[in-house]
Amino acid sequence: MPAERAKGMVPDNNRGDRSEGKVCSLWRDAWERLKQNKAAIAGLFLVAVITLAAVFAPLITKYDPGVQLVWTQGPDAQLVPPGTDHWFGTDIYGRDIYSRVVYGARVSLQIGVASTIISVVIGVILGAMAGYYGGLVDDIISWLTNVIFAFPFLLFVLALVAYLPPGLPLMYAAIGIVNWAGVARIVRGQVLSAREKEYVEAATVVGGSDVRVIVKHILPNILAPVIVQATLGMGSIIMLESSLSFLGFGIQPPTPSWGYEIDQGRQYLLAGAWWWSAFPGFAIMALVLGFNLLGDGLRDALDPRQNVGEGR
Amino acid sequence: MTNYVFRRLLAVIPVIVGVIAVVFILTSIVPGDPARLMVGQRGDPATIQKLREDLGLNRPLWQQFIDFFKGVVTLDLGRSYRTRMPVIQAIAERLPITARLALASMALAVTSGVTLGMVAALKQNSMLDYGSMIAALIGISAPSFWVGIMLVVLFCVQLRWIPGTGTGDGSWIYLVLPALTLGMRPAALIARLTRSGMLEVLGQDYIRTARSKGLTEKAVIIGHALKNAMIPVITVVGTGMAEMLGGAIVVEKLFSLPGVGRLGIEAILNRDFAIIRGQVLFMALIFVVTNLLVDLSYPLFDPRIKYGRTWRRE
Repeated sequence: MPAERAKGMVPDNNRGDRSEGKVCSLWRDAWERLKQNKAAIAGLFLVAVITLAAVFAPLITKYDPGVQLVWTQGPDAQLVPPGTDHWFGTDIYGRDIYSRVVYGARVSLQIGVASTIISVVIGVILGAMAGYYGGLVDDIISWLTNVIFAFPFLLFVLALVAYLPPGLPLMYAAIGIVNWAGVARIVRGQVLSAREKEYVEAATVVGGSDVRVIVKHILPNILAPVIVQATLGMGSIIMLESSLSFLGFGIQPPTPSWGYEIDQGRQYLLAGAWWWSAFPGFAIMALVLGFNLLGDGLRDALDPRQNVGEGR
Repeated sequence: MTNYVFRRLLAVIPVIVGVIAVVFILTSIVPGDPARLMVGQRGDPATIQKLREDLGLNRPLWQQFIDFFKGVVTLDLGRSYRTRMPVIQAIAERLPITARLALASMALAVTSGVTLGMVAALKQNSMLDYGSMIAALIGISAPSFWVGIMLVVLFCVQLRWIPGTGTGDGSWIYLVLPALTLGMRPAALIARLTRSGMLEVLGQDYIRTARSKGLTEKAVIIGHALKNAMIPVITVVGTGMAEMLGGAIVVEKLFSLPGVGRLGIEAILNRDFAIIRGQVLFMALIFVVTNLLVDLSYPLFDPRIKYGRTWRRE
């Protein structure tokens, strides 16, 4: 029992350094394995290209995503098909779809990253507590995890968004609050098995506090599955954000958002303007595909079963 | 077996209580006064106060929870704030469309996913294998509403094979595109899982035994390999239901189907919190029941599960 564990008996000099050294070697090995995986590198490439495009959006776009060219160029600027001037064509207001797709990546990535951080923080804290303490704490957290899993992801977030005032930070929070359960379940399982390992026992015996043992010794060793889950989770969060925008409950216009663009563009499909919906759709697919390929590759590269005995 | 069923049934009760509690908390603790939200910014304080009394919002929270809990148990989820129709009746009216859509999508996902995954595993490293898995990867990564739009353009606008959106005369043809759209992602997941499950199972000793005792390849694949590769697939059917119930919201909007998902969207737009609360609760309960049924079906595929192991906890 944690309460019975000896505390403050021996100073644990340099133990942190040693565990960091081990982690470094694991990451280097993982990177070597990841480099061999063509699909994972393709995924990394997709994610990197879209992220760079989002960061340097003003440098790689000719038009401001909000500028309505109909006001300056008249109806000729409406629904212009893809060409040299407008790579992805224009919408009914004469806005450049390429610019809107590039700037739309900012919203998707912002929500993806921020919501993932929130859900990983909540999931790691609750999962580690459940796995480490066991007993009633585990029962309560596992119960809560099962309850959260019972709700359809999109519906739950929609209901939360319906009650909250519109705004980007609240959307991060709503998605993060709903999405932590997957991380918690994985962390719990990992901590449960790590708790029995000799290095954890050693760290406890020499007087490490519960928090220190979890943060300094257990977490670095269970980081791999959390990273895999977070990477794969990014894909589903981006998909969720686009669904919310498609339904009209995402980021409010005029901020460009891929799901909203698809919804707006579909009304002009019959008029032959396929590009308005098609390109944002390709963008979502590319980014989600990138995270899925990268996540699958990371899982293979970081699979702890391949690392047994390493770093000792 | 009875013991297993009993344990599973018992384990569901705390989850159901939790779901009811979360739905209650969701609609009670979050910022904003439902009465004020319903009346709008221009509502006068007297009207808001009256509404608060009508809705029982001025009572202590624990009392509201007990009332809510009692209501759920007796299938009384209150009345729509807007139409005054009982929430359960509003859901029941819309349910057949969503249920038909979800069942058709799942049937499509299971048949196409299992077939694709099985063929890919049996023809490992062939063009067929690569083609199926690339299709599955795209199926997982493409947003369903976007694929739905592309399907409409192709089959309704270009080829004119299938009528457009809506329910028309209620015939099955109107269900084809929505079911394809909604079933695409689970189909892709099932295909991937079936493939990896089959590949794992095909290397096992008992498959070699089955072959060596002279069974036909068909009997080995269908009777021995597929049955054992199905466990993870069945799990996806369970979790896929939740995704479908969520996804139904998007697909119902896209294809103008008046199902439970559309009811939810309308409720959010109209700030009809009674409907939102009822719908979230209803969907979550459906998911719990579906997962219970999935759990109860495991022993049919793997008899080892009958013998009391706490296998689901980990």
